[in-house]
Amino acid sequence: MEFTPPPLLEARDLAYARNAEPVFGPLSFTLRAGETVLIEGDNGSGKTTLLKVLCGLLAPSAGEVRLCGAPLTLARLSHQVALLGHALGLKLELTALANLRFAVGLGGIRPGITPMLALASVGLGGYEDLPLRTLSAGQKKRVALARLLLVPAALWLLDEPYANLDRGGIELVNRLLEDHARRGGAALVTSHGAYAYTAGTPRRIALSQPSALGPPPSP
Amino acid sequence: MKPGTTTAACVAVLGRDLALVWRRRGDALNPLLFAIIVVALFPFAIGPEQATLERIAAGAIFVALLLAMLLSLDALFRSDLEDGSLEQLVLSPHPLSLLLACKVAAHWLTTALPLLLIAPLAAQLLHLPAPVLPVLLGALALATPLLSLIGAVCVALTMGMRRSGMLLTLLVLPLIVPVLIFGAGACNAAQAGLPYAAPLLLLGAWLALTLVLAPLAAAAALKISLT
Repeated sequence: MEFTPPPLLEARDLAYARNAEPVFGPLSFTLRAGETVLIEGDNGSGKTTLLKVLCGLLAPSAGEVRLCGAPLTLARLSHQVALLGHALGLKLELTALANLRFAVGLGGIRPGITPMLALASVGLGGYEDLPLRTLSAGQKKRVALARLLLVPAALWLLDEPYANLDRGGIELVNRLLEDHARRGGAALVTSHGAYAYTAGTPRRIALSQPSALGPPPSP
Repeated sequence: MKPGTTTAACVAVLGRDLALVWRRRGDALNPLLFAIIVVALFPFAIGPEQATLERIAAGAIFVALLLAMLLSLDALFRSDLEDGSLEQLVLSPHPLSLLLACKVAAHWLTTALPLLLIAPLAAQLLHLPAPVLPVLLGALALATPLLSLIGAVCVALTMGMRRSGMLLTLLVLPLIVPVLIFGAGACNAAQAGLPYAAPLLLLGAWLALTLVLAPLAAAAALKISLT
């Protein structure tokens, strides 16, 4: 009998409600190593909330999240998950390099890469010592992408990674995702429909807005 | 030091917060300036007689320094919340309480330590008798970390609210009144020639307890505020 490893990430009947108002779900899916999955939905359909539930920042109101077969809780996190949210988690006063060094101190580092190499591979070679404040929104996003390259997380949760990026940046995200999948990593990528993922035909999960049936009840 | 270990994470948090304060060192001087101004205003308000000033010196310095620290407390986690750094801290596999303890240590080093350094100057302004100065410094050295730690718990609790400044002050004030009573009380006792060890030891005991419990409470409060 062949042993199949548990999926990297598994959602079982996952649902989240804010003040009894359903935000998404119930939703079931699995994510295996080497897979990239697009989460599609309109603005306000709960994509960001889903990612927060999947990384443990929010507790689901029903169902459960399993990471490598074990239930996920905030108390039992590991280096396996990296989140790239709308707020990039970077300090504008510090240089790109200082921000990445901090990320490495906090999250550890993948073997065979340095902060300088990571910056060069997102196209920011020569910008190491500039304060982040002086960079454009797209360049800040690239610094945040460099953080993903550095930390040894197998599961990437990317919230609208294409926002603010130029065409080269979009290709960069796609290349990073392909490389990550080839290394045996997995990624969940949210997109509001105008996505730009070009490599192959990724699996898609559509989020429909529960409250799209009618306007939300006025308080 | 291996990246990814808890020690490395703590050093990274401490180093980053110190670097950030250095980058905004103009803002960091605000509490210092505030404390000096408050202390310098007392002689103008109640007259320059040495006897009167001597009597209120220790208490006035204590109040001025604690209020100056209160000014900077609101910003303890705010920028981290706004730019998403806090989520990264919470999601890191290291104990959040330790990481927060490092943030509090950075806050104490950059806010309270400069205030402690100007305390002798403030004591001169108010004619504090020279033998009382070591007691004042000792009491402040115990009281200021207490305020940083208690403040961190209250900031973490009020984090999820908009315009939490007022609520924060209301929460912190009753908690630091005992610190003020024992701290200033030790100075007053020393000034009157009475034994002053007991209130200082009590502050020390309280600090030991808070040092262990406050980071845990702050971490729990922060996780509640974030969700």
